[in-house]
Amino acid sequence: MTHPMTSEPQRILLAHGGGGQLMSRLIHERILPRFRNDTLSELADAACLTLPGREICFTTDSYVVKPLFFRGGDIGKLAVCGTVNDLAVSGAKPLVLSLGLIIEEGFELAVLDRILQSISDAAVSNGVSIVTGDTKTVERGSADGIFINTAGIGARLPNVELGLSKVQAGDMILVSGTIGDHGMTIVSQREGIRFESQLQSDCAGLAELTCRLFENVPGIRFMRDPTRGGLAATLNEIVEGSRLSVEVREAEIPVRPEVQAAADMLGFDVLNAANEGKFVAVVSAAAADECLGVCRSHPLGANARILGEIVPTRDLPLVEMRTKIGGRRIVQMPYGRELPRIC
Amino acid sequence: MLDRIDRARQTIQDACESVGRRITVMEVCGTHTVSIFRSGIRSILPEPVKLLSGPGCPVCVTDQGYIDAVMQLADRDDCLIATYGDMIRVPGSDGSLETRAVRGNVRVVLSSEDALQLARENPDKSVVFIAVGFETTAPATAVVVKEAAAEGIENFFVLSGHKLVLPAMRALLGGMNDRVDAFLCPGHVSVIIGSGAFAEIVENYKRPCVVAGFESVQIVEALAEICRQLAEGKAELKSLYGAVVTERGNLAAQRIIEECFDSADGYWRGLGRIAQSTLALRDPYRRFDAFQRFGVEDGPGRENPGCRCGEVLCGLIEPIECPLFASRCTPQAPIGPCMVSSEGTCSAWFKYGRRK
Amino acid sequence: MCLAIPARIVELDEDRAVVDAMGNRWKAKTTLLPVVKLGDIVLVHAGFAISLVDEEEAKKTWELFAEIADFENTQNKVSG
Repeated sequence: MTHPMTSEPQRILLAHGGGGQLMSRLIHERILPRFRNDTLSELADAACLTLPGREICFTTDSYVVKPLFFRGGDIGKLAVCGTVNDLAVSGAKPLVLSLGLIIEEGFELAVLDRILQSISDAAVSNGVSIVTGDTKTVERGSADGIFINTAGIGARLPNVELGLSKVQAGDMILVSGTIGDHGMTIVSQREGIRFESQLQSDCAGLAELTCRLFENVPGIRFMRDPTRGGLAATLNEIVEGSRLSVEVREAEIPVRPEVQAAADMLGFDVLNAANEGKFVAVVSAAAADECLGVCRSHPLGANARILGEIVPTRDLPLVEMRTKIGGRRIVQMPYGRELPRIC
Repeated sequence: MLDRIDRARQTIQDACESVGRRITVMEVCGTHTVSIFRSGIRSILPEPVKLLSGPGCPVCVTDQGYIDAVMQLADRDDCLIATYGDMIRVPGSDGSLETRAVRGNVRVVLSSEDALQLARENPDKSVVFIAVGFETTAPATAVVVKEAAAEGIENFFVLSGHKLVLPAMRALLGGMNDRVDAFLCPGHVSVIIGSGAFAEIVENYKRPCVVAGFESVQIVEALAEICRQLAEGKAELKSLYGAVVTERGNLAAQRIIEECFDSADGYWRGLGRIAQSTLALRDPYRRFDAFQRFGVEDGPGRENPGCRCGEVLCGLIEPIECPLFASRCTPQAPIGPCMVSSEGTCSAWFKYGRRK
Repeated sequence: MCLAIPARIVELDEDRAVVDAMGNRWKAKTTLLPVVKLGDIVLVHAGFAISLVDEEEAKKTWELFAEIADFENTQNKVSG
């Protein structure tokens, strides 16, 4: 448990969450230096902020991903980008984040350092500050290594009114890039060394791109990031919330060949696989081409596509797909946990 | 690709006009079921062509007795259950492997090798491999049984639910559902047993049999071949999956099946007891047989009341004709295996088709 | 679903192989294909290679996969 040369603990002890010396050292030596800002450095019980304007967006998410490290990111990067993206697709410019850590006794400090550095790097590249936080430790076996919660505040952009009630028949549906990258990467790494590949998570913060869209293109009705449940879940949520129906064309759905191949081998559906650096938008028909142009001018939107459109509901609101061979099939809300299947 | 589809559709259209009545084609492979639904093939076929899903989903045709035997073993403290993902949510008379998974003794494996590895890593437990599948998967089970024998592993067992496709096809044509005009034959089963194995269906029952791959184009072209034959009054065996299927099949795989298994009479959901239709471990591998080791039995078992999976499996009814479909039986709360299995007809209907 | 993709054998030690399909690498056993050798293309199912695949056919399947990356080259605009 302790290094032979010094009495420096190399792993998290319960005492690190105890509010005493060890925790103070953890904060001062490992956390504060990585998130340099005046607000955090005060280590007050609450961050006192002055925000531009009164219209804000506020969100929270917890991150329990396993494995902790994967190609293209880790739990730390995810914890920042995920919350940044929730604000971004809500029509806000992300400003500040809180950071809550729940760490299992025995967790290696060197690994914690890597995660903290990731969080720091992601915060810098997304232009957000970590202004307040909390650290708790729990007994061995009570947490899967580390759980992270981030809450975020963003400033609402002017003249942006989003909502499923705004969606109309004739609106177009746009996706910002390839789907299934994150979900299939995680699955492939979970199966361990049976599956080595070049798959990479698309984990990234979208605020710069979404702000550019909102600032330049009117007619965006709704936006969501298709995380758990993938594109299928988001399209079904659009249908459920608007009571209209959706028609998409399979041929327009952008998927990387290696992602499709991995999904086929494991028996997964890419439509249900998570995405952590993409958004789906419903935009007016008039705005669609321009949205596409703005997306494609940004590295995170290079593969943006128009997938289909909102159509009037016939009997039941549903998501229908025109398949590559010209057939039709329904896209349902996924069950909730895709199991690797064989036959 | 689209021009191949168009040509195939034209062939089917012409054949329909020539035949002048409903054409019923049955597929007997779960992967075909899913491929057909995912690509929406039914929606591009002319009205007279009816595609039936038959007993091609190995999980779906597994009788309730086997499923309850699995649950009995999962309830034992000394057992670790290793299963393919498809079986996890299948409902037994009392819960499923999923509801039991909280006890920590159920593991999903992608390969029989993983199951054997579990046995090596857990010497204090009995690892039971839930071996479900047709001839495609049976060789994989046989390989690890032989490995276990060679290594002297004492804590590895196999609960064999392996089934054979041809006896089921014979049972269908022999009475369960003789309205089938032709068969779309399974791709990967054919890799193992050879396309020639279906010759007896052609000869004895005069039904066209066409082996197809899993790409939507290959399936549509196979349907076109079937319709063309029917229009010409022919019944022939043809393989359109020549890239991987040979007439004689994979002989090494067939040999290893024969070495480790005997065919035995067995129960199929929907089709009842079929002679020589299942695989049971034979000497000198009988000591790996979980039925024997733990004293659990196979057998018809009590199915959930109202469940009509059996009729769906024979192609006698479509899922929407089952009163439980999409009302009391859904993927979230399945009553029968056809709804929970990824290749089940009811599951495919629910996921990819309309519910009314 | 037993949808299997043709994969090339890139490592082989007795009956233990590593196969490659579209850049994804898997472990597979070749026990059921005793004559197989390094460089052959096989169909893998449930962790076992069950059949050799004709090179031309395999390439056609891989091309179908690669084609889905065509979205990078096509226009996909609402108008024009």
